Amino acid sequence: MIQLEQVTKTYPKASRPSLDNVSVSIDKGEFVFFIGPSGSGKSTIIKMLLHEVIPNKGRVVVNGKDVTSMRSWKRPHFRRSIGCVFQDFRLLPNRTAYENVAFALEVIGKTKAVARRVVPEVLELVGLGGKEHRYPHELSGGEQQRVAVARAFVNRPLILLADEPTGNLDPDTSIEIMRLLDRINRTGTTVVMVTHDSNIVNQMRRRVIEIESGRIVRDQARGVYG
Amino acid sequence: MRMKYVLSEVLVGLWRNVTMTIAMIITLAVSLTMLGASGLIYTKVADMKQLYFENIEVSIFLNADVTEEQRTDIASRLEADPLISQVTYVNKDEAFQRFQEMFRDSPDLLSAVKADQLPESYRLKLVNPEEYKTISDQYVAVEGVDQVVDQSQVLDKIFNLFTAGQNIALVAAIAMAVAALLLVANTIQVAAYSKRREVAVMKLVGASNWFIQAPFVLEAVVAGLIGSVLGLGALIALKVFLFDGALSALQGLFAPVSWGEVFLTFPVMAGVGGLISAITAWVTLRFYLRV
Repeated sequence: MIQLEQVTKTYPKASRPSLDNVSVSIDKGEFVFFIGPSGSGKSTIIKMLLHEVIPNKGRVVVNGKDVTSMRSWKRPHFRRSIGCVFQDFRLLPNRTAYENVAFALEVIGKTKAVARRVVPEVLELVGLGGKEHRYPHELSGGEQQRVAVARAFVNRPLILLADEPTGNLDPDTSIEIMRLLDRINRTGTTVVMVTHDSNIVNQMRRRVIEIESGRIVRDQARGVYG
Repeated sequence: MRMKYVLSEVLVGLWRNVTMTIAMIITLAVSLTMLGASGLIYTKVADMKQLYFENIEVSIFLNADVTEEQRTDIASRLEADPLISQVTYVNKDEAFQRFQEMFRDSPDLLSAVKADQLPESYRLKLVNPEEYKTISDQYVAVEGVDQVVDQSQVLDKIFNLFTAGQNIALVAAIAMAVAALLLVANTIQVAAYSKRREVAVMKLVGASNWFIQAPFVLEAVVAGLIGSVLGLGALIALKVFLFDGALSALQGLFAPVSWGEVFLTFPVMAGVGGLISAITAWVTLRFYLRV
């Protein structure tokens, strides 16, 4: 599903590479944590999987598509098979929970009728049934992140990328979000999550890949934060 | 559905920053009016040149002491010249009549000039009025010829004036166009900034580039089209109030500007206004949104 083959990325003006000869292979349906200190290169991996950053060396293959050589005009269509969740939720403040999720469908050409059928379903799935018409500022942080997860998942992507999704949430809420991601993973969606949260990693007992200074220092099947 | 979304975004976009939108439309309108006016002047000058040059005369004035022999010699040479289509002889009496007609409002001048003080002349029509110089060179040195005068030289000065007017309109159009384009670029930047969250989400979930750009580009195109409609209105007002109104006394002097010609400038103005705004918006977005 996701392959990084001897990937090296050095940002312009950086003294050392953010990723240094990294090779990782992630299968369909896996749940993977990338952990490591700030600046270790975890987020660079997410950006590469989104075709936002192109490696200097090596090959990145996502969904059978070589991202390294992908032309930028193909990026929009490629991204439709990837869902994305961030620490800061990135919701539209002037739209309700329903509209935020529907927006993601409508801008890729789905009709309003499709949205009416699919959006309530996915909001129900993330546990926001009955709060469809609340605005983000009327929702708690955890609920906002649920909206973001619903938006990422509404298109049934093959891969869900989560860049520190619990970074702004308290421990209890974080665990709820993790349960949600776990449920999504069980539908067959590959989940890749970047995190600092040792608590969560230790509880989930999933594959853990630890990165330090751009190198993989640990890749453990049922790992802990360490 | 998507079209409806794009169109409503365009309207919201134009309304969100309405003072800037108005500034953009006004500068576009002025620029396009200047462009249209300069185009009209250009076609009019061409029309008028044709009109005037058809009726233009070259006059060969003879010396006061010209002999009969010289006169007939000149006449036969003129008749034989292939560059000349028509020769008319004007004797002293006829010249005096013409002079009296021309200056009938200035009796002082009339009383000061006697009939035999005015020179005889040949009035020539040229096959090609632009060949005045050859005629002049040929005949100015002939015995008995005083001077060769070409009306087209005077006309050229008038036409130079028109061309200068056209150039001024064109320069003003370009200057205003630069201002308009900067305003378009700025408006689009402001619009893109105020919609940066939407754009970020759209890029994230894989909305196509054209779909992200379309509302912004169309916003600029709509402004360009409104500008060109206002430009057409300005040209109509110019025709009604200036040409058919204040300047109607000079109607014989100018070639008339028809309604057809005024309306024909509209597709040009709309095309230029719409296209240039669209390109500016698109280029701005490429730098600003990096889509």
